[in-house]
Amino acid sequence: MAGTETTFVKAVNDALARAMRADETVIVLGEDVAEGGPYLATAGLAEEFGADRVLNTPISEGAVCGVAIGAAQAGLRPVVEIMFIDFITLALDQLVNQAAKAHFMSGGQLSVPMVLRTQGGAGGRAGAQHSQSLEAWLAHIPGLKVVMPSNAADAAGLLTSAIADPDPVVFVENKSLYFRREPLPETSGPVPLGKAHRLREGRDLTIVALSRMVGEALVAADRLAAEGISVDVIDPRTLVPLDLEPIAASVRRSGRAVVAHEAVLVGGFGAELTAQLQAAAFDRLEAPIQRVGAPFMPVPLSPSLEDAYRPGSEEIYAAARAALEWDQPDRPAASPHAGAAR
Amino acid sequence: MAPSRREDASASRQLQPGEALELLGAMWRIRSFEERVARLHRSLLVHGLIHLSIGSEGVAAAVCGQLNAGDAIYSGHRAHGHAIAKGAPLDRVMAELMGRSDGLCLGLGGSMHLVDTEHGLMGATGVVGGNLPLAAGNALAAKLRGSDQVTVAFFGDGAVQAGHFHETVNLAALWELPLILICENNGFAEFTPRSAHTRVATVSDVVAPYGFATQIVEGSDVPALWSAFRECADTVRDGGGPLLLECLTHRRRGHYEGDAQSYRDALADNEWARVDPLARLQADALERGWLDEEGAQALERRAREEVEGAVEFARASPPAEPSVAAGLVYAGA
Repeated sequence: MAGTETTFVKAVNDALARAMRADETVIVLGEDVAEGGPYLATAGLAEEFGADRVLNTPISEGAVCGVAIGAAQAGLRPVVEIMFIDFITLALDQLVNQAAKAHFMSGGQLSVPMVLRTQGGAGGRAGAQHSQSLEAWLAHIPGLKVVMPSNAADAAGLLTSAIADPDPVVFVENKSLYFRREPLPETSGPVPLGKAHRLREGRDLTIVALSRMVGEALVAADRLAAEGISVDVIDPRTLVPLDLEPIAASVRRSGRAVVAHEAVLVGGFGAELTAQLQAAAFDRLEAPIQRVGAPFMPVPLSPSLEDAYRPGSEEIYAAARAALEWDQPDRPAASPHAGAAR
Repeated sequence: MAPSRREDASASRQLQPGEALELLGAMWRIRSFEERVARLHRSLLVHGLIHLSIGSEGVAAAVCGQLNAGDAIYSGHRAHGHAIAKGAPLDRVMAELMGRSDGLCLGLGGSMHLVDTEHGLMGATGVVGGNLPLAAGNALAAKLRGSDQVTVAFFGDGAVQAGHFHETVNLAALWELPLILICENNGFAEFTPRSAHTRVATVSDVVAPYGFATQIVEGSDVPALWSAFRECADTVRDGGGPLLLECLTHRRRGHYEGDAQSYRDALADNEWARVDPLARLQADALERGWLDEEGAQALERRAREEVEGAVEFARASPPAEPSVAAGLVYAGA
């Protein structure tokens, strides 16, 4: 790889190493982390920082998450890895009942400065138990912060902020983004939590996309631009805290919006975004806000089925067209993934 | 990283008169507090699900009474005694149970979620056994710091059949954490006797294969409990952790206040007197001449007066503040 390039997973690895060098209370724990894990996100850390600070754990997601919470309450800054977000189910009691509520229920005596790193998303031919997008569950819990970076530079900067944050942060990566070549970030500084990022400016339509769908939104925006449509593409970057204001301002300008994520559409975070945007921009909307997500089905294994299941730029483009042509008598039908509650 | 061995090897040291009186004082404070809480609950001044520890005050007093200020404890839903014995002020605990602004947790936690970090009470939880991984994490932090702190986790035998119990026991043994598990085995998981939940006879039998040293002690024999825990604490401070102390106790009240207890018969008074840790220790102290009747009455009177003061304090405190609650969802922005 050229010296001016990096990858998402390398950016995560670099940010972890920088945080551990800067602060000796930062520890990393999880299954196989000392060996780097299946995607090498923690590669080299055990060699540099030793077994006391890079702790391999048994396959005990619940207790490992709880250990991180207890260590955080005792003054460490643990970064715990749950190898696949599908296994976060096993840690949810600790995350939801302990981490999220400790500061509140103790009247502010306790805080939980921990990060739970995990990765999700389909496309790996891994089947329904290694491919899910479960971020909406987490964003539903007061006390948790939820981060979903869409590129290497943001991943590094947001992870730096998450580790320094006094609250429990769930940091959701997407495995499909891990190994693409991306430009090396210009700085290694933090990207603040709760700041949306506008990647492209336009006036006709707003696309709000999460994680992998940000890149897909940019592809759809290129295609729309060739057709004379200019599009605002905004990445919230963090679901909690949510930086609604710039997104709402864009929708009030454009009057049309598409909200896109890879998670199942029904009950997805897009429903929350859509409701908040509708309330903030109702009097300026020219069309119903269009949603893009996966169908109401577990992720299928077979490559042809998985490819059809996983939403991408095609679905975003179709949803954009539906929003743009809403007021025309022969408007296109919504995409098969959009708006379908089954 | 293991701290140096303590010079006064005290493994078999017996309870001394002054220490016995300290324990009696602590137990009277817990007993009086909880009896008063039961009455306040009936008059709707104390809120929520209330689980009393009457019958196991000896465990709280003997364990917490021998911990250092910097040692950490974690408790479960039956937490009042542990909090009080570790030093949480009675008036602020009472205010917390009443949901008042001057409560330990500003009225946001309540009976099952007492926290007093100043006195090392790092958390109590309403999820049975949910505190155990956190205690292991606290012990891990202490070990990585190289301190001689010990972490104590209190739980009941009902927690032992949960998955997180086994995961935590395995991790604690694997990492040789300075953690002491204190099981208050009262033979009941909520309404159901232990025999209906497991074929394993004791909690010690469960953890031994993971590599835990274990000890079983009568929870109503406070001098024995005191000596056993002293040995545990010394062992763990010397790097010999983790270990389990299983205390066989009797839960005098129902699972919660209001529990009709149709699933068991109450102990007769004379049977209760035999397993009441407070009555036993007081009788013992009187017999040994460490205390006279007048002194015993004074201990109880002092505790009850302090509890009345706590009730006054709590009743005078305003209800929890909505704006305070809204500001405490996150520690940061």
